[in-house]
Parts: sequence; C-alpha cells; structure tokens
Amino acid sequence: MSTSRPLLDVADLRVDFATPKGVVQAVRGVSFTLGREKLGVVGESGSGKSVTGRAILKLVRPPGRVTAKRLSFDGIDLQACDEPAMRAIRGRRISMVMQDPKFSLNPVMPVGTQIAEAYRLHGQGSAAEAKRRALEMLEAVRIRDPERVYRAYPHEVSGGMGQRIMIAMMLIPDPDLLIADEPTSALDVTVQLQVLAILDDLVTQRGMGLIFISHDLGLVASFCDRVLILYGGRVMEVCDAKRLGEATHPYTRGLLDCLPRIEAGHADLPVLRRDPAWLEQGI
Amino acid sequence: MTAAAQETRQSRHDWLLSDTPASRTQARLGRAYLAWLSFRRNRLAMIGLIIVLAMVMVAASAPWLAHYDPTVPVLQNRLKPASAAHWFGTDELGRDIYSRVVYGARLTLYVVLLVAVITAPVGLLIGTLSGYVGGWLDTVLMRITDIFLAFPKLILALAFVSALGPGIENAIIAIAITSWPPYARVARAETLTIRESDFIAAVRLQGASTARIVWSHVVPLCTSSLIVRVTLDMAGIILIAAGLGFLGLGAQPPLPEWGAMISSGRKFLLDQWWVATVPGIAIFVVSLGFNLLGDGLRDVLDPKSRDGA
Amino acid sequence: MRICRCCAATRRGWSRGYEAMIDVDSLSVTFGHGAAAVHAVRRISFHVADGESFGLVGESGSGKSTVLRALSGLNPHWSGRLAVAGKALERRRDTAFYKQVQMVFQDPYASLHPRHTVDRILAEPIAIHGLGDPDRRIAHALDEVGLGAQFRYRYPHQLSGGQRQRVAIARALILEPKILLLDEPTSALDVSVQAEVLNLLHRLKRERDLTYILVSHNLAVVAHMCGRLAVMNHGAIVEEMTAAQLRAREPSHPYTKQLLVASLGYDRAAIDQFEDFAATA
Repeated sequence: MSTSRPLLDVADLRVDFATPKGVVQAVRGVSFTLGREKLGVVGESGSGKSVTGRAILKLVRPPGRVTAKRLSFDGIDLQACDEPAMRAIRGRRISMVMQDPKFSLNPVMPVGTQIAEAYRLHGQGSAAEAKRRALEMLEAVRIRDPERVYRAYPHEVSGGMGQRIMIAMMLIPDPDLLIADEPTSALDVTVQLQVLAILDDLVTQRGMGLIFISHDLGLVASFCDRVLILYGGRVMEVCDAKRLGEATHPYTRGLLDCLPRIEAGHADLPVLRRDPAWLEQGI
Repeated sequence: MTAAAQETRQSRHDWLLSDTPASRTQARLGRAYLAWLSFRRNRLAMIGLIIVLAMVMVAASAPWLAHYDPTVPVLQNRLKPASAAHWFGTDELGRDIYSRVVYGARLTLYVVLLVAVITAPVGLLIGTLSGYVGGWLDTVLMRITDIFLAFPKLILALAFVSALGPGIENAIIAIAITSWPPYARVARAETLTIRESDFIAAVRLQGASTARIVWSHVVPLCTSSLIVRVTLDMAGIILIAAGLGFLGLGAQPPLPEWGAMISSGRKFLLDQWWVATVPGIAIFVVSLGFNLLGDGLRDVLDPKSRDGA
Repeated sequence: MRICRCCAATRRGWSRGYEAMIDVDSLSVTFGHGAAAVHAVRRISFHVADGESFGLVGESGSGKSTVLRALSGLNPHWSGRLAVAGKALERRRDTAFYKQVQMVFQDPYASLHPRHTVDRILAEPIAIHGLGDPDRRIAHALDEVGLGAQFRYRYPHQLSGGQRQRVAIARALILEPKILLLDEPTSALDVSVQAEVLNLLHRLKRERDLTYILVSHNLAVVAHMCGRLAVMNHGAIVEEMTAAQLRAREPSHPYTKQLLVASLGYDRAAIDQFEDFAATA
C-alpha cells in the first residue's frame, strides 16, 4: 500500500446554500489532507465542520452546492462520481457515525438486524454470515451480551451502548475512512471516553483514517493526532494535537483560554474577542 | 412600476424583514410577511387561494353578477341549453343556472364559515384544557369527545331533520356537532407534548394560572395545525352539505344550494346534462381550492418544516 | 482580618434567625410505582448558605436535575423536608415563593416560547405579579444581561443560543429573586459563549447578592462557579467538598476521582481503569 498518497485530499472545498435571504456560505475554502491517522476538526456552531464532513460523502442536498479544486479519496475523484458510484463508496469505503443513536438507529428494527443489513448491503455474504459478523462486531465494541443486544430494539439500550452499536454498524463493511460527527457529544463524560477508547482501538487495528468532528477542543486535542480549527467556514490553524498549547492563531488561543479549568480560581473567564478579519483570512 | 414605487416597495420589504424590529406590531407584521413570501412561492397554493377568494367575491357580489333572479321560475324557458342569454342554460323550472350557481356560492360560504366558526374554537378549547389539566377532566372530556365522534354525520342529520324539520340551519348544526371531535383530539395530543416543554415550566414557575397558560401559551401553538385541518376539512364539509342537500335534508327549494341543484337535475342527466353537471363542477372547483389552500398553509405553518413559524 | 464569603454568609443567616438559605433534608423523589418504580433521588441532604454558590455535579440519571425540579415546585411528588429562608415548603408553592426562587433551564432553544417576542416573554412575569411599569423594567432587564434594545422585539428563532440564554436569565431576574436554580445553563452553548454567560452569572451574583444552586455534569464549570459542591450518583450524594479541595485533587470517593480523571481528557491507560458505580441500596 503506497504511503505517499494521502487517503483523503481536499483542496479549496466550498459549500453554499441558497436561502430566501441570500446565499449562505457554510464552507469557504477548506483544504487538508488525511493519511491513516486521527484528524480532529474543531469549531463552534456555524463554523461549517459538520457540513464539511457531509460534503466529503456528497450528502449535501440541494439547495446546497459543493465545489472544490480537489476532492479525492484514495486516488478516486469524488467530484466525478455519480450517485451509484458514491453509493458504492459510502459505507463500504467511507463511513459516518453521527451524534445521537436515538435518531440514527431505526426504532422499529432490532439492532442486530440493522448491523447485519449494513453488512449485506455491500454484497458481502449470506444472511447467516451477516449475523455471525454482526455478533463479532458487537463483541469487538465490547458489548458484554451480544446475543441479547442483537435482538434488542434501539429504545431498549442506553446511549453509550447505542453509540457503540452505531460504530459496529459503520465498521462492519470494513471502510478505510471513518467520519465521526460529534459521536460522543450526547453521552456522559465517562461513557464518552470509553466509547472513544473502542473507536481508538478499532481505528488503529484496522489502519483506518478517522475524521473526528467536535466542538470540544480539549477532548479532540487529547484524542487525535492532528487538529484542524475551523471558524466561519475557513481553516484558522492546523497543528499537531500534542502541540496545541503552542498554537499561534488568536482564535485558537482564545478558545483555549476561555475554557474553565478546575485549577483556575473564580476569576472571570477571558472572553473570546472575534476579529472580523479572521473571516477573510484562513489557511 | 416606476422607480419611485419600486423603491418604496423595497424599503417596505426591508422594514418588514428587519432584524431589529422596534415594536411588537413590526415584529408581528414581519413574521406574517415572511410567511406570505413563503406561501407565494407555492404555485398550487396560490391557485387555491385565488379560487377561494374568487368564491368569496362572487358570493359577496352575487346581486351584481347574477343575470336573473335565482328563485323565480320561468316555465317557458325550461331546460334550455347554454346560450348568450343563459350562460349555463336553464333548469327544469326555467331558472338561469348561472345565476343560481352564483347565489349558491353564498349558501356554500355560509355553511362552511358557520361550521368552521363553531367547531374550531370548541374543539381547540376542549382539547387544550383536556390535555393540559389532565386527570378526571381529561377523562370526562375525552369520553364526551368519543361519544360525538361515534356519530356518522349523515345519520345524525337525518335524526335532526326528523326531530326539527329540514333546513340549512339544522344541517349546519348536524355537521358542526360531528366535526369538532377530531380537532379536540389533535389539540389534546399537541398539548400533551407542549406541556412538558421548558417554556411552560418557566411560566409555571412565575406563578401563572392554568387559564393563562392554556390561553396564552398552549393555544397559540395549536392554532397553526388547527387552521390547516379546518381548511382541508372545508372541502369535506361542502360535500356533506351538498350531500344533505341532495337528500333533501339541507337547504330547501327554492334556495339555490348546489347539492340540491344536482339532485333535482338527476332526472335530466342524459339529455340536459348541464342542469346537474354545472353545480357539480362548482362544488369540485371550490373543494379543490380549499384543498390546495390547506396544503399550502400546512407547508407554511408547519413548525417542523420552518423555523418556529 | 479577612472573613471568607461563606462565613460572612452564615453570620448573616444567624442574624436572620435561620442558618441556611436553602435546606434539603432526606429528600426522595420516585417516579412510577411498584416494580417499575425509579428512585431518582434517594434521601439526600444538603444546605446552602445565603449568598453561596453551591454545585451539584453528576452524570445523566444521577438525579441532580430532579432535585431542582422538586425544589422549584415543578415536581410535587417528593418526600422529605425542604425549606427556603427558614420556611418549610409545601406541595404547592405560593406567589411569595416565586418572587424568591427562580430557575434557568438547560436548553435555550426550548425555554423560550417560540411565538412570543422577547418583550412579551419579559412582560409576562410583570403582568402576573402586577408589578407595573413594564417598559422600564424590561429595558432595564435587557440592559443588565448585556442585550441592547434592538433585541426587544425579536422572536426566539432570531436569536443565537447565547442570546436566548441571556433572555432566560433576564426573565428569571425580572422578579428580583434571591435564589437562582441553574439547571446546566451553559451545557448547550458553544465554549466561547459559555464563558460570557458564566461571567454574566458571576457578575449578577455579586451585584445582587444572589444564592445559586448550579447543576452541571462539567466539573470544571462547577469548580469555577461554586464555592462548595456535592457529587451525585444514582440519586445519592456520594461526596460533598469545597472547590478548594477539588482543586487540590483531594476527593476521597472513587467515583469523584473517576470523574476528575475523566474531565482531564482522553487518557487510554486511565480509561481502562474506569469502573461502573452502580446504585447502592
């Protein structure tokens, strides 16, 4: 497997939405490359981070419009792919985990059936084989009683378990790239970390690439290898996660400084001063 | 449009859509204006609105639009086909069908408006009170609703007619009595969801009384879906009134009620088809208009599809 | 000699004839009956002094929000003893209570009526209590939370999350309460907006000498805002401590230790040590 070609190459990605009040530019020239590593995409609401994730999978519907100088995945030009070609890629080669399993799991189908369906959707085996693989995946995401959970409905499982089931469902076709859009934001903090640990192990074992979209800068910095900071649809800064403390862009510094910390006292938190110039700059 | 007129129009547009309204009226008008802009984009809904408005105008100006008196028989002119003097021909008593259709619009409008005005508020109030207060009040009101829901409209109308005699007012009462339960049910279901919201909790924490909460907070959120349902139901009400008229239970002759016109025209359907068909087309067009309007309103007012309008 | 805030507050309480501003004794809240009963809160007790900021930390299902709902009167099915300013609370609250205790809710998108303008939302409590002079009060309330007059006639969907939360705070303060119950007031907000809202809450507390109970799952927010805190798990208070003790990393209960470790971020080795603290009794 050639290591010189990045897994995902995005150059000058732009996403526009036509609304009655004018054109809204959600993403305004985002560029980055991704190897087989964990990349964190951090931004506040309205920064365009979720839209970026969806644009890669061409899940942005009209009136949204996606353009890019380059949008290639493992050498395949995603912009040139038509809908059938994208369907072959989605799930099989690029997968997506979303925020709330309450909304992303089908409430009227047992969980195991949904996982098995994800397997069979890409024509990878018989029904019996699919069930076997689904049970294997449930074990891989550390669910203690896979047989019982296989038969359970989404409302019968807790939030953390639901998210692990989502991960199982999305990883069963063995994709090369996983886009996780705020996968743990709806979970408690200890459960959050446990789910991330599972994700970490699976991603490293399978040599996958991971795009981790979140608003939680601290979490992303401790979990990912590299961090991309988005603001107003543009990239403000890219840096190694371990060196986030040395970040130079005032927006990144502002975000880091306004986080309350246990060690700090009761003094007022420094407030982020938004410089309008940031909306024009960007990497 | 002249440049100056364009400019005033644009400035009024901007004022309405301003992000920082300076008064409650401006805020309300702005919101209504946005809803109007959204509604206007839907062509079918506009067609529905035009049909309904046309019907209202026709009903209002019937004395000026009609050519002849709709009730006076002119036996020499029986069953004449369409001509310059009689645009839709004449019926079996020589009356001009066009004039009768025009005056009939008044009756249809009368029925539809009265039924809407009676059923909607009653259903809304019962449903919201029942849903918000809960407990034994809920049980009692919902059982009453179930009882009324069990009556089929036509059978009840027959019962009324045998008790009180035929007539358009009795037909309206019969329709109204059986039409309010669905509104109550839907209002109650919506209230049950709204009741758990944080904004209701907040106003409870201010010490608001149940009456204030139901009237000022719950009812405004239920009115959108109510308006849509009532509009969509109007087509059905028109058809039921026409059905009652057809059976001779609604408006009595010589009133030019469209259903009654179809009924009396049945006998001549083969040779003088226009006597029954023209009022039938009128019913069809008006029902279609209300349906299209209701669909368009739902697209505009449905909170799920819009930002909390 | 400098007297710390909580001692000064307690002294104030003594001079009033009662010790604590808020007294919670053996509070229990159960949902459902029989076999399906859920004991959301199990006999917890704590006290909040006048002018103090008290934190309730816990994960979801710990019962922390349920405590607030019982205190505020939104949930009448509680047992135990609740007292505010020395006066015991009944099942139903009276008007005087609402002028003393108000609440700010978690979700700014759900705590404002979608069809009411900001002006109407703020005018409501004034009308309910017959306070009079609504124009001046509303303008003053908006000014206090840092919102200009241009926000007065907007609808909630025309406001950002932070602006909505400010309106919610203005609404809570318009009756001039002494106690504010804050139910995860910044959990749904962006980090930069959270800092602004926390600073606002801090300033308002100083200016108006308020008493806060702050409920949150975020240890850092609680440590920043509160002087004392209690950690809840499965309906029971697991540990009570001061913010200073928390800062010095001195929690004794393993659950609190685990929460503290989790709040520091992703640490693979530490995560493997995480335990499941099931309900006791």
